[in-house]
Amino acid sequence: MQNFEFHRPKTIAEAVAALKSSDGDGKLLAGGQSLIPVLKHELAMPSALISLADIGGLDEIRLDGDNLAIGAKCTHAQVASSDVVKNTIGALAKLAGHIGDPQVRNRGTLGGSVAHADPAADYPAAVLGLGATIKTDRRAIAADDFFTGFFETPLESDEIVTAVLFPKAEKAAYAKFASPASKYAIVGVFVAKTGGGVRVAVTGAGPKVFRVTEMETALASNFSSDAIKDIAVSADDLNSDVEAGAEYRAHLVGVMARRAVDAANG
Amino acid sequence: MQVTITVNNRSITRDVEARTLLVDFIRGELALTGTHVGCDTSQCGACTVLVDGKSIKSCTMLAVEADGHEVSTIESLEKNGELHPMQAAFRECHGLQCGFCTPGMVMSTVDLLQNNANPSEPEIREWLEGNICRCTGYHNIVKAVQHCASGTKGA
Amino acid sequence: MGSIGQPLKRKEDHRFLTGRGKYTDDIVRPNQAYAYFVRSPYAHAKINGIDKAEAEKADGVVAIFTGADLEGIGGVPCGWQIHNKDGTPMAEPPHPALCTDKALFVGDEVAIVIAETKAQAKAAAQLVMVDYEPLPAVSSIKAAIAEGAPLVHADAANNRCFDWHLGEKDPVDAAFAKADHVVEMDVVNNRLVPNAMEPRSAICEYDPSSDMTTLWTTSQNPHLIRLLLGAFVLQIPEHKLRVIAPDVGGGFGSKIYLYAEETVVTWAARKLARPVKWTAERTESFQADAHGRDQIGHARLALDKDGNFLGLHIKNKANMGAYLSTFAPAVPTYLHGTLFAGVYKTPAIYVEVEAVFTNTAPVDAYRGAGRPEATYQLERLVDKAAAQLGMDKIELRRKNMIPKEAFPYQTPVALQYDTGDFIACLDLGLKSADWDGFEARREEAKKRGKLRGIGISTYLEACGIAPSALVGQLGARAGLYESATIRVHPTGSVTVFTGTHSHGQGHETAFAQIVADHFGVDFEAVDIQHGDTSQTAFGMGTYGSRSLAVGGSAIVKAADKVVAKGKKIAAHLLEASEADIEFEDGKFTVKGTDRSKTFGEVALTAYVPHNYPIEEVEPGLEETAFYDPKNFTYPGGCHICELEVDPETGMIEVCNITVADDVGRVINPMIVEGQIHGGVAQGVGQALYEGCIYDDDGQLLTGSYMNYTMPRAADLPMMTVGNHVTPCTHNPVGAKGVGEVGSIGVTPAVINAVVDALSPLGVKDIEMPATPQRVWAAIRAAQG
Repeated sequence: MQNFEFHRPKTIAEAVAALKSSDGDGKLLAGGQSLIPVLKHELAMPSALISLADIGGLDEIRLDGDNLAIGAKCTHAQVASSDVVKNTIGALAKLAGHIGDPQVRNRGTLGGSVAHADPAADYPAAVLGLGATIKTDRRAIAADDFFTGFFETPLESDEIVTAVLFPKAEKAAYAKFASPASKYAIVGVFVAKTGGGVRVAVTGAGPKVFRVTEMETALASNFSSDAIKDIAVSADDLNSDVEAGAEYRAHLVGVMARRAVDAANG
Repeated sequence: MQVTITVNNRSITRDVEARTLLVDFIRGELALTGTHVGCDTSQCGACTVLVDGKSIKSCTMLAVEADGHEVSTIESLEKNGELHPMQAAFRECHGLQCGFCTPGMVMSTVDLLQNNANPSEPEIREWLEGNICRCTGYHNIVKAVQHCASGTKGA
Repeated sequence: MGSIGQPLKRKEDHRFLTGRGKYTDDIVRPNQAYAYFVRSPYAHAKINGIDKAEAEKADGVVAIFTGADLEGIGGVPCGWQIHNKDGTPMAEPPHPALCTDKALFVGDEVAIVIAETKAQAKAAAQLVMVDYEPLPAVSSIKAAIAEGAPLVHADAANNRCFDWHLGEKDPVDAAFAKADHVVEMDVVNNRLVPNAMEPRSAICEYDPSSDMTTLWTTSQNPHLIRLLLGAFVLQIPEHKLRVIAPDVGGGFGSKIYLYAEETVVTWAARKLARPVKWTAERTESFQADAHGRDQIGHARLALDKDGNFLGLHIKNKANMGAYLSTFAPAVPTYLHGTLFAGVYKTPAIYVEVEAVFTNTAPVDAYRGAGRPEATYQLERLVDKAAAQLGMDKIELRRKNMIPKEAFPYQTPVALQYDTGDFIACLDLGLKSADWDGFEARREEAKKRGKLRGIGISTYLEACGIAPSALVGQLGARAGLYESATIRVHPTGSVTVFTGTHSHGQGHETAFAQIVADHFGVDFEAVDIQHGDTSQTAFGMGTYGSRSLAVGGSAIVKAADKVVAKGKKIAAHLLEASEADIEFEDGKFTVKGTDRSKTFGEVALTAYVPHNYPIEEVEPGLEETAFYDPKNFTYPGGCHICELEVDPETGMIEVCNITVADDVGRVINPMIVEGQIHGGVAQGVGQALYEGCIYDDDGQLLTGSYMNYTMPRAADLPMMTVGNHVTPCTHNPVGAKGVGEVGSIGVTPAVINAVVDALSPLGVKDIEMPATPQRVWAAIRAAQG
């Protein structure tokens, strides 16, 4: 691992300033569960790490009208065990409780996961599947506009995710088919029925998290797994690797979507 | 950079490079070699220690991130010559063979029982997602955790 | 009460549980430097030049060495020579410790960078500029034997290492000529990465004042490393080379061999007169530890109309990797071909194995070594035969099993089994697994949408490879005996030095149980020492499930010598004739009297020989014995697996594993069960999870735990382990060996269960590992 400068700013403004002064070559460090492995393998060699550790106010979970607001620094373990989350969007607590492993969940954060935008991560499925809003130090970005590509988001190099606002769901569930090796999602499908309608978001299968609108339409009129049993997802743009080829992934999207709908219906 | 970390109840101040991993600090700087490194992709869990009481992978945390925090390693568990109940349970149930994954297993399952005093077999197996053992087939590790949980109930 | 047969808690556990284990990477020597290896990123490349100038200027660099610097030292040797069908020796190309003109696999060692810190060594390694000229590579057996395939070694035509056979062809041809049924199948035995949790590591220190070289290394057999490294590579005489294998975090075969890294580290430490330490990152373990398995083959079984086996013909191909690792040639030959009788009385067997070089990591023994490959092939074939003949798979096995009255039983493939009771193991297994109740469970699972299957394997394996005279004829370049020294201290406590090495097996406990009972002393009064060539007379180490059967027997032999000497001393003290002295329960007694001396009194007398038969025996009480076994030992039994398939995703859940083994006499049942659990986990791993994949260019696609599936706790069930003992007849312990039974016996049971679960859908076979995607694809293919 290459060396770097390490900053522990006390405020968001200081953190933004530190990022700015690193000329786009600095990186924010939250829980580090994605970033540190990247640094160890020298897939990235930032000149500076700006730790969010000392910045207060980013680890709260609260109800905000029809939204559940979760601070960016909340760890997966914190979200998984939060009564507020369990009571409002139980599917989100469950999803968080199955990210990585217990040790990773004790360090990894919501903001870190969302900003990293790993195409096989679990949180992006919930963010997109619930139609959440990503709040940053300077703006609010709708989920539909956030995951723009392979590890790609519209975040500017000095922009900091501060919270994610999840709309309360009438029904929601996440079904994951995990890689037996890495435990990342080979296919993970988040299905939700909220005030904004029905959404079906898929992680792991493609170069980025995506929605399956055909399933959404079918579920909007009949929220049952039967309604989507004949909807096939094309394998054309899906990932293919030693564990799962594109066709298998396409098949799993259907299976996991049906299971998520069944789970959402309890 | 200067860091002050409380390791096994001892406050330690050292100069470290920012890139120093917590596990390298523990093993190299402090010569606490009970914490092991078994992989480079944050999966095997041999490096598991407690930070502020919670299990984490010390290969995926920088020493500078531990500045101002409390770290407990396997060396901290035995008190006055008495094994911690989880250590004793591993011995009783033959939950270890080569011993390499063992410190991580013990630290991880100590955290499990803090969260869930009486876990079911599936809960134990699921919790151990982040710890790989190549020797035991996990059978006796699961038994050890069950043994410890039954013994510490109400204690 | 004796301690043998008791599940005594392990002596070694306290240090491991408290973080006081001492593994190689834990060892720190004054002024040590760190090494990092520059490895080839290509599977096959010509090295046109190496520019280390930039790297040498980097922070902290002490020295950088390449193959050119090592000129004059020997290559990494191979310890076993196989002969071809025509009697000529195998192709044995050189294995330079650092590449000279060519790199032959991804991860091949090209240069060593030594710096003040690990980080500096790694950073500088990136600055070593190697001018590679990539060459076409062969990364699989099929690619290696294809017409016009690129050659891994110029002097190994057709990439062939050897073309070997065992058994007689004519009787097998005759069996097929008269057969009513012929069952045949192609079988792939998937390549595995051993993955002991402790990565390999070595630290070497040279003391110019004494000319002593000390190497701490992650080894299963330090004496063998000393022999190979000292005598064959670096020309260091044994008395000036001390090899220590301290606590070792698992081996499973991968730490038997002499590797390039420890060789170069030793050479460099001597050259620099400074301690040099290297520890592998897991990525390096994936690239450069010796891999396991990797065979393809075709098997044909001839049967009569009643299902009696008449003959078996095996035609296999084995991947040796880029270089011949220490025992590699023995694995697909004498550890493999000799196993094809299994538990069956097949009268005629002929085995042909062709071994090839490829541009992949060397392949050598991995837990089971040749025997899992043979067992898998045989037990899949028997299941297929049952299906083809419409016979019950249990009855077909039972009918062909060697009955217990037939021992000693001479197989057509060299081995002579001394003892066993295969039918008793089968019956025990069937009962423990409730085989008869399975169909009800299958129906119940069906209601939940799951396909439940049950699979069995009845098997035998050969452990404690021996005797030396025989293995010498078969090509071994070493003996396969074991040594033990027993030092009885003046007050009767005991230190035992064994040439075996414990890296998880619990020798410090089980061996102490044997000695404590033998002398009638307390278990706590016995310590077992291993792993240091300066302490133990000699040793062949631990592999092939040999430690208790061979090493334990050496200990018994040494203990007998101690008792014999003790009798002389006791006879003198008791003023009796030596012939009248009996030794039992820690007491030397004059036959038919109550006059006796305790073991401790005799020991004290030996060291304080005031009243002593000094003309007859020397003072002191310490004996060394070497034990060379008369035969292999033959553990075996029956493994049963029950599992459920989710037909929508292809995901398999293992529900039950039942084991009914005969491992011979059991010293510590707790340790024995633990060994079986671990072996089973690795065997299930091979069947369902683990597969090492190189792409056509020889790039390793499964190079980390991100894509090589290690079995986790949630992937395995609790296991039921039963034991039916027939003691080994030819060693004094009666033990057969237990280290590998799990990884040999269970793998075919798992795949037989998968095929059983899927057979209602028309699936007849599935390749290992039976990953969810493979299962899904097999279901899809069967359903058209």
